[in-house]
Amino acid sequence: MLFVFYSLLIFCIIGSIIAIEAKNILASVISAGVVGMGLSIMFLFLGAPDIAIVQVVVEIIVLIILIRSTVSIDNTSIITHQDTFAILSSLIFFGLFLVFAFMAFRGLPAFGEPLMTVSSRYLENSVQDTGASNVIMGILLDYRAYDTLGEATVIFTAILGAFMVLRVKGKKKKEEADMVKVGIPFSEELQKSAALEKEDLSDTVI
Amino acid sequence: MQGMSFIVKTVTRLLIGVIFLFGIYITFYGHLTPGGGFAGGIMLACGFILLTLAFGKETSLGKLSDFWASMLDNLGAFTFWLVALLGYTGGYFFINFIEKKNPFGLLSSGTILINNIAIGVKVFASVFAVFLALTIFGRFVSGLAESEEED
Repeated sequence: MLFVFYSLLIFCIIGSIIAIEAKNILASVISAGVVGMGLSIMFLFLGAPDIAIVQVVVEIIVLIILIRSTVSIDNTSIITHQDTFAILSSLIFFGLFLVFAFMAFRGLPAFGEPLMTVSSRYLENSVQDTGASNVIMGILLDYRAYDTLGEATVIFTAILGAFMVLRVKGKKKKEEADMVKVGIPFSEELQKSAALEKEDLSDTVI
Repeated sequence: MQGMSFIVKTVTRLLIGVIFLFGIYITFYGHLTPGGGFAGGIMLACGFILLTLAFGKETSLGKLSDFWASMLDNLGAFTFWLVALLGYTGGYFFINFIEKKNPFGLLSSGTILINNIAIGVKVFASVFAVFLALTIFGRFVSGLAESEEED
């Protein structure tokens, strides 16, 4: 079991490196999708079928949307130039991150070892408290429903922002109506009135 | 002919009902089996995206236009808030105010089922609306620009 898990982990790392280094955008999108699929199988091995289902479905939808948006671009290959300073600085900062992460993670308990007493309480009492036999749903929508409300609000705001940025019809007509209400003349009307004034002036001169 | 080839259309026609049924099942049985509102909603949105890709935008927009997609999005959000506020009838915010019955039945867990359905509808409508905004709106704009150039 552990061998399969580690081979999946290495597969995911190789896939993400290919996704970064590939010269073709389509190839890198597809290898990013492969990484997501491997991640979902890893979730299944870790005993989290809920997250595995969500991961698979979201990965499919992201792949469809990304391919749909990259295929419409004619030139999918990227031109890169070597930058030694950027590579060197990122390598140094990554090494520093690894050192500090090693120092920080040494204090944590072993993987899969229960640390919190709250989680064991949830596991014991969730069926009596919430009535849901799926403990994850019981926690998500009963014990921590406020958290889920925040997530739903985040999705709602994101959709609102996407619609605002990507909409076709502008608000120009509404702005014009507002200008009429306030009494600001449009630029065309200004030109017309200026022309009329000129005509009046020319009449008086004659 | 709009959309994809004949093979894709036939396979879509055979599979689309099963995809919708599985999405609805995942949404409704989220408190009993793995899944939930989020996964089920994205499955339903995947079904609609498949319809759009296979049959062209007229078919899917005829079934659910972008206006009604945003309306369903609002409806899901408002239902979730309403369930949260109705908790005050039983004591405090987000209390499970519906009576809980036998542990493994469909109606066993009170408000969790309603919340799951609300989240499912909301995620389905919003993901489909984002797909519409990202693909069809952009093409529509480019078509408008081309027609303006022709004029």
